[in-house]
Amino acid sequence: MSEKSPSRPLSPHIQIYRWTLTMMLSILHRATGVALYAGSALLAWWLMAAASGPEAYALVRDISGSWIGRLVLFGYSWALFHHMSGGVRHFIWDTGRGFDLKHVEMIARATAIAPLLLTGLAWVLGYMYLGVWS
Amino acid sequence: MSEMRTPLSRVRGLGSAKKGTEHFWLQRVTALANIPLTLFLVGALVVHAGADHTTMAAFLGNPVVGVVMLLVILSTCWHMRLGLQVVIEDYIHGEATKLAALIANNFFALIIGVACALAVLKLVVSQ
Repeated sequence: MSEKSPSRPLSPHIQIYRWTLTMMLSILHRATGVALYAGSALLAWWLMAAASGPEAYALVRDISGSWIGRLVLFGYSWALFHHMSGGVRHFIWDTGRGFDLKHVEMIARATAIAPLLLTGLAWVLGYMYLGVWS
Repeated sequence: MSEMRTPLSRVRGLGSAKKGTEHFWLQRVTALANIPLTLFLVGALVVHAGADHTTMAAFLGNPVVGVVMLLVILSTCWHMRLGLQVVIEDYIHGEATKLAALIANNFFALIIGVACALAVLKLVVSQ
């Protein structure tokens, strides 16, 4: 980057704009991506502990079974679904469709709501499978 | 409005990008693969939160589960490496820091990938 201020026009940065749903989703897509990047270390820990044996796995079992562990997993699954929904939104845009304001807004709402439903569904189905409520 | 390009970029003559569409394409292909793989991963995590070692080892040691888990690991590690590369390029502007961050990103993705893959392979083989 050059030291002198360039003669070309510069656009103002995000702080001057009114917050919109599309903008929040864009930021959340990147934020969940970075969070999942960090979360992959937890997945590696889980798998490595399982491969190392029962003693190493005991700590993982205690933490993942505790309410705070399940809360982290709940957030992790939401982040996965949110990032996935954002990806599907980009796939729609990749086909050249959905760029008009009406559809942008429609797809944005779906992208915000779908991950919540999917997260709820995954945990309800998972617990039904385990027979927790039977 | 005069010149849109900075003097430095004109001197370098590299154009705007240093690579073609390979990054974009691999990012999209792994994203597509990640959809079914993520559904599997979430299901596996939800069902096995708090599970004991015998259950977990038996689940991961199943060859079919092992194959899917290896695909999860390969596709997501590749995808997250590409994704964080873009984040680094967007926010880190110092050339040395950026280079260090890009290398660290490659190392991290590879370490996580190899660790996860080795764990799954061991459980499948020792089943």
